[in-house]
Amino acid sequence: MTIPQKLRDLAISETGFLFDPYTGSTFSANEPGLTVLEGLREGLGVADIATRLRESFDVPAAADVERDVGEFVHLLRRSGLVPEEFTA
Amino acid sequence: MTKPLYERPTLVRHQMGMMNKFGRAQAMQPLESIDGVSVDELVKTYGSPLFVFSEADLVARYRELHDLLALRYRKIRIAWSYKTNYLDAICKVFHREGAYAEVVSEFEYDKAMRMGIDPTHVHFNGPLKSEATLERVLPAGTVIHIDHFDEMAAAERVAERQGIRPKVAVRVNMAVESVPPWSRFGFNLESGQAMEAIRRLIAGDKLELAGVHCHLGTFITDPAAYKQAAAKLAHLANTLRSEHGVLLEFIDVGGGFASHNTLKAQYLPGEQATPSFSRYVEALTEGLSQLDCDPRDLPTLVLENGRALVDDAGYLVSTVVANKRLRDGRRGLVVDAGVNTLFTSFWYNHDVVSAQPFRGIPEPTVIYGPLCMNIDVVRDTLVFPAMSVGDRLVLKNVGAYNVTQWMQFITYRPAVVMVGRDGKHGLIRRREQLEDIVGPEEVPDWL
Ligand SMILES: Cc1ncc(COP(=O)(O)O)c(C=O)c1O
Repeated sequence: MTIPQKLRDLAISETGFLFDPYTGSTFSANEPGLTVLEGLREGLGVADIATRLRESFDVPAAADVERDVGEFVHLLRRSGLVPEEFTA
Repeated sequence: MTKPLYERPTLVRHQMGMMNKFGRAQAMQPLESIDGVSVDELVKTYGSPLFVFSEADLVARYRELHDLLALRYRKIRIAWSYKTNYLDAICKVFHREGAYAEVVSEFEYDKAMRMGIDPTHVHFNGPLKSEATLERVLPAGTVIHIDHFDEMAAAERVAERQGIRPKVAVRVNMAVESVPPWSRFGFNLESGQAMEAIRRLIAGDKLELAGVHCHLGTFITDPAAYKQAAAKLAHLANTLRSEHGVLLEFIDVGGGFASHNTLKAQYLPGEQATPSFSRYVEALTEGLSQLDCDPRDLPTLVLENGRALVDDAGYLVSTVVANKRLRDGRRGLVVDAGVNTLFTSFWYNHDVVSAQPFRGIPEPTVIYGPLCMNIDVVRDTLVFPAMSVGDRLVLKNVGAYNVTQWMQFITYRPAVVMVGRDGKHGLIRRREQLEDIVGPEEVPDWL
Protein backbone atom coordinates (compact mmCIF):
# COMPACT_ATOMS: atom_id res chain seq x y z
CA MET A 1 0.00 0.00 0.00
CA THR A 2 1.30 3.48 -0.77
CA ILE A 3 1.49 5.79 2.16
CA PRO A 4 0.15 9.23 1.28
CA GLN A 5 2.75 12.00 1.40
CA LYS A 6 0.43 14.11 3.58
CA LEU A 7 0.38 11.42 6.19
CA ARG A 8 4.19 11.16 6.16
CA ASP A 9 4.54 14.91 6.58
CA LEU A 10 2.07 15.20 9.42
CA ALA A 11 3.85 16.28 12.62
CA ILE A 12 2.74 14.11 15.51
CA SER A 13 3.76 14.68 19.12
CA GLU A 14 3.74 11.99 21.78
CA THR A 15 0.93 13.76 23.59
CA GLY A 16 -1.37 13.41 20.60
CA PHE A 17 -0.93 16.90 19.19
CA LEU A 18 -0.99 16.90 15.36
CA PHE A 19 0.15 19.64 13.02
CA ASP A 20 -0.75 19.65 9.33
CA PRO A 21 2.10 21.64 7.65
CA TYR A 22 0.05 22.06 4.44
CA THR A 23 -2.82 23.96 6.03
CA GLY A 24 -1.54 24.99 9.45
CA SER A 25 -4.44 23.16 11.11
CA THR A 26 -3.88 21.46 14.44
CA PHE A 27 -5.66 18.46 15.92
CA SER A 28 -5.74 16.30 19.02
CA ALA A 29 -5.83 12.52 18.81
CA ASN A 30 -6.39 10.13 21.69
CA GLU A 31 -3.98 7.28 22.40
CA PRO A 32 -5.75 4.67 20.26
CA GLY A 33 -5.96 7.33 17.52
CA LEU A 34 -2.17 7.70 17.68
CA THR A 35 -1.76 3.94 17.44
CA VAL A 36 -3.86 3.92 14.27
CA LEU A 37 -1.89 6.82 12.78
CA GLU A 38 1.41 5.05 13.46
CA GLY A 39 0.07 1.89 11.85
CA LEU A 40 -1.07 3.77 8.76
CA ARG A 41 2.33 5.46 8.46
CA GLU A 42 3.90 2.02 8.48
CA GLY A 43 1.55 0.96 5.71
CA LEU A 44 -0.47 -1.51 7.80
CA GLY A 45 -4.02 -2.47 6.82
CA VAL A 46 -7.16 -2.39 8.97
CA ALA A 47 -6.79 -5.95 10.29
CA ASP A 48 -3.18 -5.46 11.41
CA ILE A 49 -3.96 -2.14 13.03
CA ALA A 50 -6.90 -3.69 14.87
CA THR A 51 -4.61 -6.44 16.14
CA ARG A 52 -2.16 -3.89 17.38
CA LEU A 53 -4.95 -2.02 19.21
CA ARG A 54 -6.03 -5.26 20.85
CA GLU A 55 -2.44 -5.90 21.95
CA SER A 56 -1.94 -2.41 23.33
CA PHE A 57 -5.26 -1.75 25.02
CA ASP A 58 -7.72 -3.50 27.25
CA VAL A 59 -10.54 -3.86 24.71
CA PRO A 60 -14.07 -4.70 25.94
CA ALA A 61 -15.60 -7.76 24.30
CA ALA A 62 -18.39 -5.72 22.73
CA ALA A 63 -16.06 -3.31 20.90
CA ASP A 64 -15.84 -3.57 17.11
CA VAL A 65 -12.25 -2.48 16.63
CA GLU A 66 -12.18 -2.96 12.85
CA ARG A 67 -15.18 -0.70 12.46
CA ASP A 68 -13.57 1.87 14.76
CA VAL A 69 -10.42 1.91 12.61
CA GLY A 70 -12.52 2.35 9.48
CA GLU A 71 -14.33 5.29 11.04
CA PHE A 72 -11.05 6.83 12.11
CA VAL A 73 -9.76 6.66 8.54
CA HIS A 74 -12.99 8.30 7.43
CA LEU A 75 -12.29 11.08 9.95
CA LEU A 76 -8.79 11.51 8.49
CA ARG A 77 -10.34 11.94 5.04
CA ARG A 78 -12.88 14.45 6.35
CA SER A 79 -10.08 16.35 8.07
CA GLY A 80 -8.03 16.49 4.87
CA LEU A 81 -5.16 14.51 6.43
CA VAL A 82 -5.31 11.80 3.77
CA PRO A 83 -6.61 12.09 0.19
CA GLU A 84 -10.29 11.38 -0.48
CA GLU A 85 -9.49 8.15 -2.31
CA PHE A 86 -7.31 6.74 0.47
CA THR A 87 -8.37 3.48 2.11
CA ALA A 88 -6.47 1.38 4.60
CA MET B 1 1.41 -4.54 33.63
CA THR B 2 -2.21 -3.63 33.02
CA LYS B 3 -3.05 -2.23 29.63
CA PRO B 4 -4.77 1.15 29.31
CA LEU B 5 -8.51 0.95 28.77
CA TYR B 6 -9.53 1.05 25.11
CA GLU B 7 -11.56 3.90 23.76
CA ARG B 8 -12.53 4.43 20.14
CA PRO B 9 -9.69 6.08 18.19
CA THR B 10 -10.60 9.65 17.50
CA LEU B 11 -9.32 12.96 16.30
CA VAL B 12 -10.56 16.49 16.89
CA ARG B 13 -9.65 19.58 14.94
CA HIS B 14 -8.76 22.59 17.08
CA GLN B 15 -11.14 25.35 16.24
CA MET B 16 -11.19 28.95 17.30
CA GLY B 17 -14.46 29.65 19.05
CA MET B 18 -15.51 26.01 19.07
CA MET B 19 -16.24 26.04 22.75
CA ASN B 20 -18.51 29.04 22.44
CA LYS B 21 -20.40 27.55 19.58
CA PHE B 22 -20.91 24.07 20.91
CA GLY B 23 -20.78 24.36 24.67
CA ARG B 24 -18.26 24.32 27.43
CA ALA B 25 -16.64 20.95 27.07
CA GLN B 26 -13.72 21.71 29.34
CA ALA B 27 -15.99 22.67 32.18
CA MET B 28 -17.93 19.44 32.05
CA GLN B 29 -17.99 17.47 35.26
CA PRO B 30 -19.74 14.13 35.42
CA LEU B 31 -22.98 14.21 37.39
CA GLU B 32 -22.79 10.93 39.27
CA SER B 33 -25.42 11.68 41.86
CA ILE B 34 -28.42 13.94 42.41
CA ASP B 35 -28.78 15.25 45.95
CA GLY B 36 -26.55 12.47 47.20
CA VAL B 37 -28.37 9.63 45.44
CA SER B 38 -26.33 7.86 42.78
CA VAL B 39 -27.73 8.10 39.26
CA ASP B 40 -26.67 4.51 38.73
CA GLU B 41 -28.73 3.33 41.70
CA LEU B 42 -31.75 5.33 40.50
CA VAL B 43 -31.63 3.77 37.04
CA LYS B 44 -31.12 0.30 38.47
CA THR B 45 -34.18 0.81 40.66
CA TYR B 46 -36.54 2.62 38.27
CA GLY B 47 -35.23 1.98 34.75
CA SER B 48 -34.08 4.21 31.93
CA PRO B 49 -34.97 6.75 30.70
CA LEU B 50 -35.89 8.37 33.99
CA PHE B 51 -37.03 11.80 35.07
CA VAL B 52 -35.61 12.83 38.44
CA PHE B 53 -36.79 15.79 40.50
CA SER B 54 -34.90 17.28 43.40
CA GLU B 55 -37.18 18.24 46.27
CA ALA B 56 -34.41 20.43 47.70
CA ASP B 57 -34.13 22.38 44.43
CA LEU B 58 -37.89 22.88 44.22
CA VAL B 59 -38.04 24.21 47.75
CA ALA B 60 -34.95 26.36 47.33
CA ARG B 61 -36.22 28.04 44.17
CA TYR B 62 -39.63 28.68 45.69
CA ARG B 63 -38.22 30.14 48.89
CA GLU B 64 -35.73 32.29 47.03
CA LEU B 65 -38.51 33.90 45.00
CA HIS B 66 -40.88 34.13 47.93
CA ASP B 67 -38.38 35.69 50.30
CA LEU B 68 -37.15 38.24 47.77
CA LEU B 69 -40.74 39.30 47.11
CA ALA B 70 -41.54 39.49 50.81
CA LEU B 71 -38.55 41.73 51.39
CA ARG B 72 -39.74 44.28 48.86
CA TYR B 73 -43.53 44.19 48.99
CA ARG B 74 -45.94 43.74 51.85
CA LYS B 75 -48.58 41.44 50.45
CA ILE B 76 -47.50 38.70 48.13
CA ARG B 77 -48.79 35.44 46.77
CA ILE B 78 -47.34 32.82 44.46
CA ALA B 79 -49.85 30.70 42.55
CA TRP B 80 -48.23 27.56 41.18
CA SER B 81 -48.82 27.29 37.42
CA TYR B 82 -50.21 23.77 37.12
CA LYS B 83 -49.67 23.40 33.39
CA THR B 84 -45.92 23.61 33.87
CA ASN B 85 -45.90 20.38 35.87
CA TYR B 86 -49.04 19.05 37.53
CA LEU B 87 -47.75 15.83 39.01
CA ASP B 88 -49.30 15.61 42.48
CA ALA B 89 -45.96 15.34 44.25
CA ILE B 90 -44.59 18.47 42.55
CA CYS B 91 -47.76 20.46 43.32
CA LYS B 92 -47.64 19.19 46.88
CA VAL B 93 -44.13 20.54 47.44
CA PHE B 94 -45.24 24.01 46.35
CA HIS B 95 -48.56 23.93 48.21
CA ARG B 96 -46.74 22.86 51.36
CA GLU B 97 -44.67 26.02 50.95
CA GLY B 98 -47.87 28.06 50.80
CA ALA B 99 -48.46 28.38 47.06
CA TYR B 100 -51.96 28.88 45.67
CA ALA B 101 -52.90 27.06 42.46
CA GLU B 102 -53.09 28.65 39.02
CA VAL B 103 -55.15 26.49 36.65
CA VAL B 104 -56.26 26.92 33.06
CA SER B 105 -58.73 24.08 32.55
CA GLU B 106 -61.33 22.01 34.35
CA PHE B 107 -58.91 19.09 34.33
CA GLU B 108 -56.32 21.13 36.20
CA TYR B 109 -59.05 22.38 38.53
CA ASP B 110 -60.02 18.76 39.27
CA LYS B 111 -56.40 17.98 40.01
CA ALA B 112 -56.16 20.86 42.46
CA MET B 113 -59.41 19.86 44.18
CA ARG B 114 -58.19 16.28 44.43
CA MET B 115 -55.13 17.56 46.26
CA GLY B 116 -57.45 19.19 48.78
CA ILE B 117 -56.72 22.78 47.77
CA ASP B 118 -59.15 25.36 49.14
CA PRO B 119 -61.16 26.53 46.07
CA THR B 120 -60.68 30.13 47.18
CA HIS B 121 -56.94 29.51 46.77
CA VAL B 122 -57.25 28.90 43.05
CA HIS B 123 -56.77 31.41 40.22
CA PHE B 124 -58.59 30.12 37.16
CA ASN B 125 -57.15 31.36 33.84
CA GLY B 126 -57.58 30.41 30.22
CA PRO B 127 -59.88 31.18 27.31
CA LEU B 128 -62.15 28.15 27.85
CA LYS B 129 -64.27 27.98 30.95
CA SER B 130 -67.61 26.49 30.02
CA GLU B 131 -70.78 27.70 31.66
CA ALA B 132 -70.98 24.30 33.38
CA THR B 133 -67.50 24.86 34.77
CA LEU B 134 -68.46 28.33 35.96
CA GLU B 135 -71.56 26.85 37.65
CA ARG B 136 -69.20 24.73 39.64
CA VAL B 137 -66.26 27.01 40.43
CA LEU B 138 -67.90 30.40 41.05
CA PRO B 139 -70.09 29.28 43.99
CA ALA B 140 -67.01 27.57 45.45
CA GLY B 141 -65.28 30.95 45.63
CA THR B 142 -62.64 30.35 42.99
CA VAL B 143 -61.49 33.55 41.30
CA ILE B 144 -61.78 33.38 37.53
CA HIS B 145 -59.70 35.66 35.34
CA ILE B 146 -62.10 36.74 32.62
CA ASP B 147 -60.63 36.37 29.16
CA HIS B 148 -63.36 37.74 26.86
CA PHE B 149 -66.83 39.34 26.79
CA ASP B 150 -68.61 36.04 26.17
CA GLU B 151 -67.14 34.66 29.35
CA MET B 152 -68.14 37.77 31.27
CA ALA B 153 -71.72 37.32 30.08
CA ALA B 154 -71.68 33.63 31.04
CA ALA B 155 -70.31 34.45 34.51
CA GLU B 156 -73.08 37.03 34.94
CA ARG B 157 -75.73 34.49 34.01
CA VAL B 158 -74.32 32.01 36.50
CA ALA B 159 -74.16 34.66 39.22
CA GLU B 160 -77.77 35.57 38.61
CA ARG B 161 -78.99 31.97 38.54
CA GLN B 162 -77.11 31.06 41.70
CA GLY B 163 -77.88 34.28 43.52
CA ILE B 164 -74.20 34.98 44.22
CA ARG B 165 -71.80 37.84 43.62
CA PRO B 166 -68.56 36.05 42.71
CA LYS B 167 -65.11 37.59 42.83
CA VAL B 168 -63.47 37.84 39.45
CA ALA B 169 -60.43 39.36 37.81
CA VAL B 170 -60.03 40.80 34.34
CA ARG B 171 -57.17 39.66 32.20
CA VAL B 172 -55.52 42.36 30.16
CA ASN B 173 -52.85 42.28 27.48
CA MET B 174 -50.48 45.13 26.77
CA ALA B 175 -47.49 46.26 24.79
CA VAL B 176 -44.15 46.28 26.61
CA GLU B 177 -40.76 46.72 25.01
CA SER B 178 -38.76 43.61 24.13
CA VAL B 179 -41.67 41.16 24.44
CA PRO B 180 -43.89 40.28 21.46
CA PRO B 181 -47.44 40.87 22.75
CA TRP B 182 -49.71 37.93 23.57
CA SER B 183 -52.68 39.97 22.45
CA ARG B 184 -55.05 37.04 21.99
CA PHE B 185 -55.61 36.67 25.73
CA GLY B 186 -57.76 39.05 27.71
CA PHE B 187 -58.64 42.63 26.84
CA ASN B 188 -56.21 45.07 25.30
CA LEU B 189 -55.07 47.86 27.57
CA GLU B 190 -53.78 50.47 25.14
CA SER B 191 -56.85 50.41 22.89
CA GLY B 192 -59.17 51.09 25.83
CA GLN B 193 -60.79 47.66 25.52
CA ALA B 194 -59.71 46.67 29.03
CA MET B 195 -61.28 49.78 30.55
CA GLU B 196 -64.42 49.16 28.53
CA ALA B 197 -64.63 45.59 29.85
CA ILE B 198 -64.18 46.79 33.41
CA ARG B 199 -66.83 49.50 33.01
CA ARG B 200 -69.22 46.93 31.66
CA LEU B 201 -68.49 44.59 34.53
CA ILE B 202 -69.05 47.35 37.08
CA ALA B 203 -72.24 48.54 35.39
CA GLY B 204 -73.58 44.95 35.21
CA ASP B 205 -73.24 44.90 39.01
CA LYS B 206 -73.31 41.10 39.20
CA LEU B 207 -69.62 40.37 39.59
CA GLU B 208 -67.15 41.72 42.13
CA LEU B 209 -63.95 43.02 40.55
CA ALA B 210 -61.20 41.66 42.79
CA GLY B 211 -58.17 41.88 40.55
CA VAL B 212 -56.48 42.58 37.27
CA HIS B 213 -54.18 40.11 35.59
CA CYS B 214 -51.69 39.94 32.79
CA HIS B 215 -49.27 37.27 31.64
CA LEU B 216 -46.75 38.77 29.25
CA GLY B 217 -45.36 35.58 27.78
CA THR B 218 -42.82 32.96 28.71
CA PHE B 219 -39.04 32.80 29.06
CA ILE B 220 -38.81 36.57 29.26
CA THR B 221 -35.17 37.42 29.74
CA ASP B 222 -35.58 41.17 30.15
CA PRO B 223 -36.68 42.14 33.67
CA ALA B 224 -37.52 45.65 32.46
CA ALA B 225 -40.60 44.19 30.77
CA TYR B 226 -42.01 43.47 34.24
CA LYS B 227 -41.36 46.98 35.44
CA GLN B 228 -43.41 48.33 32.54
CA ALA B 229 -46.18 45.79 32.99
CA ALA B 230 -46.44 46.36 36.73
CA ALA B 231 -46.48 50.12 36.23
CA LYS B 232 -49.27 49.84 33.66
CA LEU B 233 -51.33 47.65 35.97
CA ALA B 234 -50.66 50.07 38.85
CA HIS B 235 -51.99 52.96 36.74
CA LEU B 236 -55.04 50.89 35.88
CA ALA B 237 -55.60 50.25 39.60
CA ASN B 238 -55.22 53.98 40.31
CA THR B 239 -57.84 54.80 37.68
CA LEU B 240 -60.23 52.20 39.07
CA ARG B 241 -59.94 53.68 42.52
CA SER B 242 -60.25 57.32 41.49
CA GLU B 243 -62.97 56.87 38.87
CA HIS B 244 -64.99 53.98 40.25
CA GLY B 245 -64.05 53.74 43.89
CA VAL B 246 -62.90 50.15 43.34
CA LEU B 247 -60.09 48.91 45.60
CA LEU B 248 -58.46 45.90 43.98
CA GLU B 249 -57.60 42.94 46.17
CA PHE B 250 -54.82 41.84 43.89
CA ILE B 251 -52.67 42.61 40.90
CA ASP B 252 -51.51 39.45 39.15
CA VAL B 253 -48.49 39.78 36.89
CA GLY B 254 -48.53 36.18 35.62
CA GLY B 255 -45.40 34.08 35.17
CA GLY B 256 -42.77 34.04 32.47
CA PHE B 257 -39.42 34.34 34.27
CA ALA B 258 -36.67 32.44 32.43
CA SER B 259 -35.07 29.28 33.79
CA HIS B 260 -31.39 28.48 33.37
CA ASN B 261 -31.92 26.86 30.01
CA THR B 262 -30.45 28.08 26.73
CA LEU B 263 -32.89 28.86 23.93
CA LYS B 264 -31.85 27.56 20.51
CA ALA B 265 -31.35 31.07 19.20
CA GLN B 266 -29.51 32.31 22.27
CA TYR B 267 -25.77 32.90 22.11
CA LEU B 268 -24.81 32.96 25.78
CA PRO B 269 -25.64 29.88 27.84
CA GLY B 270 -28.62 30.28 30.15
CA GLU B 271 -26.38 29.82 33.18
CA GLN B 272 -24.93 33.22 32.32
CA ALA B 273 -27.78 34.94 30.51
CA THR B 274 -30.78 34.28 32.76
CA PRO B 275 -31.55 37.16 35.12
CA SER B 276 -31.66 36.35 38.82
CA PHE B 277 -34.97 36.35 40.70
CA SER B 278 -33.86 39.50 42.49
CA ARG B 279 -33.66 41.40 39.21
CA TYR B 280 -37.20 40.40 38.25
CA VAL B 281 -38.52 41.20 41.71
CA GLU B 282 -36.80 44.56 41.75
CA ALA B 283 -38.31 45.43 38.37
CA LEU B 284 -41.80 44.38 39.48
CA THR B 285 -41.75 46.30 42.71
CA GLU B 286 -40.34 49.39 41.01
CA GLY B 287 -43.28 49.26 38.62
CA LEU B 288 -45.75 48.81 41.49
CA SER B 289 -44.35 51.86 43.26
CA GLN B 290 -46.64 53.78 40.89
CA LEU B 291 -49.57 52.63 43.00
CA ASP B 292 -51.22 55.57 44.59
CA CYS B 293 -53.10 54.38 47.65
CA ASP B 294 -53.05 54.09 51.42
CA PRO B 295 -50.48 51.40 52.37
CA ARG B 296 -53.26 49.48 54.16
CA ASP B 297 -55.15 49.24 50.89
CA LEU B 298 -52.25 47.91 48.83
CA PRO B 299 -53.38 45.11 46.55
CA THR B 300 -51.70 41.74 46.93
CA LEU B 301 -49.04 41.09 44.31
CA VAL B 302 -49.73 37.69 42.72
CA LEU B 303 -47.16 35.78 40.64
CA GLU B 304 -47.90 32.70 38.58
CA ASN B 305 -44.46 31.41 37.78
CA GLY B 306 -44.03 27.92 36.46
CA ARG B 307 -40.90 27.38 34.44
CA ALA B 308 -38.52 29.34 36.67
CA LEU B 309 -39.56 27.40 39.77
CA VAL B 310 -39.45 23.87 38.44
CA ASP B 311 -37.22 23.70 35.37
CA ASP B 312 -33.85 23.61 37.14
CA ALA B 313 -35.07 20.95 39.60
CA GLY B 314 -35.70 18.35 36.88
CA TYR B 315 -33.22 15.94 35.24
CA LEU B 316 -33.65 13.34 32.56
CA VAL B 317 -31.33 10.34 32.77
CA SER B 318 -30.88 8.47 29.52
CA THR B 319 -28.78 5.54 28.37
CA VAL B 320 -26.55 5.28 25.30
CA VAL B 321 -27.74 2.57 22.92
CA ALA B 322 -25.35 3.20 20.00
CA ASN B 323 -22.43 5.21 18.72
CA LYS B 324 -22.08 6.22 15.12
CA ARG B 325 -19.92 8.35 12.91
CA LEU B 326 -21.82 10.84 10.78
CA ARG B 327 -20.85 11.59 7.22
CA ASP B 328 -19.59 15.03 8.16
CA GLY B 329 -17.27 13.61 10.81
CA ARG B 330 -19.35 14.44 13.85
CA ARG B 331 -20.13 11.70 16.29
CA GLY B 332 -23.70 10.51 16.71
CA LEU B 333 -24.96 9.12 19.99
CA VAL B 334 -28.26 7.27 20.01
CA VAL B 335 -29.94 7.34 23.42
CA ASP B 336 -33.12 5.78 24.77
CA ALA B 337 -35.06 9.04 25.29
CA GLY B 338 -36.43 10.92 22.29
CA VAL B 339 -38.17 14.21 21.61
CA ASN B 340 -41.50 12.61 22.51
CA THR B 341 -40.22 12.32 26.07
CA LEU B 342 -38.17 15.51 26.09
CA PHE B 343 -40.53 17.87 24.33
CA THR B 344 -38.45 20.90 25.33
CA SER B 345 -35.55 19.78 23.12
CA PHE B 346 -37.42 21.62 20.34
CA TRP B 347 -36.87 24.91 22.21
CA TYR B 348 -33.61 24.54 24.03
CA ASN B 349 -30.07 23.39 23.67
CA HIS B 350 -30.28 21.44 26.88
CA ASP B 351 -27.21 21.16 29.04
CA VAL B 352 -26.08 17.51 28.94
CA VAL B 353 -23.46 15.86 31.10
CA SER B 354 -22.06 12.39 31.52
CA ALA B 355 -23.30 10.39 34.51
CA GLN B 356 -19.95 8.65 34.91
CA PRO B 357 -16.33 9.73 34.84
CA PHE B 358 -15.00 9.88 31.29
CA ARG B 359 -11.66 9.84 29.59
CA GLY B 360 -10.39 10.85 26.24
CA ILE B 361 -10.99 13.97 24.23
CA PRO B 362 -14.44 15.41 23.81
CA GLU B 363 -15.56 15.90 20.23
CA PRO B 364 -18.51 17.43 18.36
CA THR B 365 -21.46 15.13 18.97
CA VAL B 366 -25.15 15.03 18.10
CA ILE B 367 -27.51 13.21 20.45
CA TYR B 368 -30.37 11.34 18.79
CA GLY B 369 -33.41 9.70 20.32
CA PRO B 370 -34.76 6.26 19.38
CA LEU B 371 -37.82 7.36 17.38
CA CYS B 372 -36.90 6.39 13.85
CA MET B 373 -37.82 9.90 12.75
CA ASN B 374 -35.49 12.53 11.40
CA ILE B 375 -36.70 15.21 13.81
CA ASP B 376 -35.65 13.13 16.78
CA VAL B 377 -32.63 15.20 17.77
CA VAL B 378 -32.42 15.47 21.53
CA ARG B 379 -29.40 17.75 21.46
CA ASP B 380 -27.78 19.30 18.47
CA THR B 381 -24.02 19.54 18.21
CA LEU B 382 -22.15 19.93 21.43
CA VAL B 383 -18.64 18.95 22.45
CA PHE B 384 -19.08 15.75 24.37
CA PRO B 385 -16.78 13.03 25.71
CA ALA B 386 -16.72 9.54 24.25
CA MET B 387 -19.48 7.29 25.57
CA SER B 388 -19.89 3.56 25.36
CA VAL B 389 -23.10 1.64 24.91
CA GLY B 390 -24.77 1.39 28.31
CA ASP B 391 -23.21 4.63 29.61
CA ARG B 392 -25.62 7.20 30.99
CA LEU B 393 -26.01 10.85 30.42
CA VAL B 394 -28.06 13.44 32.24
CA LEU B 395 -30.01 16.24 30.56
CA LYS B 396 -30.43 19.17 32.92
CA ASN B 397 -33.16 21.75 33.50
CA VAL B 398 -35.98 19.62 32.13
CA GLY B 399 -38.50 20.10 34.94
CA ALA B 400 -40.90 22.47 33.16
CA TYR B 401 -43.51 21.45 30.59
CA ASN B 402 -42.03 18.03 29.80
CA VAL B 403 -44.06 15.81 32.08
CA THR B 404 -47.20 17.65 30.94
CA GLN B 405 -46.53 17.97 27.21
CA TRP B 406 -44.71 14.68 26.59
CA MET B 407 -46.27 12.41 24.02
CA GLN B 408 -46.99 8.75 24.18
CA PHE B 409 -45.50 7.56 20.90
CA ILE B 410 -44.29 4.07 20.01
CA THR B 411 -43.29 3.37 23.60
CA TYR B 412 -44.17 3.94 27.24
CA ARG B 413 -43.59 7.19 29.00
CA PRO B 414 -40.84 6.74 31.57
CA ALA B 415 -41.02 6.77 35.33
CA VAL B 416 -40.62 9.99 37.27
CA VAL B 417 -38.98 9.96 40.69
CA MET B 418 -38.31 12.49 43.38
CA VAL B 419 -35.16 12.60 45.43
CA GLY B 420 -35.92 13.90 48.88
CA ARG B 421 -33.76 14.87 51.78
CA ASP B 422 -31.42 12.41 53.50
CA GLY B 423 -31.05 10.24 50.41
CA LYS B 424 -34.74 9.30 50.26
CA HIS B 425 -36.17 8.67 46.82
CA GLY B 426 -39.48 7.43 45.50
CA LEU B 427 -41.67 7.16 42.43
CA ILE B 428 -43.94 10.09 41.73
CA ARG B 429 -45.24 8.56 38.49
CA ARG B 430 -44.56 4.99 37.53
CA ARG B 431 -43.51 3.99 34.03
CA GLU B 432 -46.51 3.43 31.78
CA GLN B 433 -47.54 -0.08 30.83
CA LEU B 434 -49.59 -1.54 28.01
CA GLU B 435 -52.87 -1.41 29.92
CA ASP B 436 -52.54 2.36 30.49
CA ILE B 437 -52.54 2.87 26.76
CA VAL B 438 -54.95 0.26 25.46
CA GLY B 439 -57.34 0.65 28.42
CA PRO B 440 -59.42 3.43 26.79
CA GLU B 441 -59.51 1.69 23.38
CA GLU B 442 -62.54 -0.08 21.91
CA VAL B 443 -62.98 -2.21 18.80
CA PRO B 444 -66.51 -1.76 17.32
CA ASP B 445 -68.37 -5.08 17.09
CA TRP B 446 -68.60 -5.04 13.28
CA LEU B 447 -64.84 -5.41 12.97
C1 LIG C 1 -51.81 32.56 32.52
C2 LIG C 1 -50.50 31.93 32.74
N1 LIG C 1 -49.88 32.07 33.93
C3 LIG C 1 -48.69 31.49 34.18
C4 LIG C 1 -48.02 30.74 33.23
C5 LIG C 1 -46.68 30.14 33.56
O1 LIG C 1 -45.69 30.67 32.74
P1 LIG C 1 -44.14 30.36 32.98
O2 LIG C 1 -43.97 28.88 33.03
O3 LIG C 1 -43.46 30.97 31.80
O4 LIG C 1 -43.74 31.00 34.26
C6 LIG C 1 -48.62 30.59 31.97
C7 LIG C 1 -47.93 29.83 30.91
O5 LIG C 1 -48.17 29.90 29.74
C8 LIG C 1 -49.88 31.19 31.72
O6 LIG C 1 -50.49 31.06 30.53
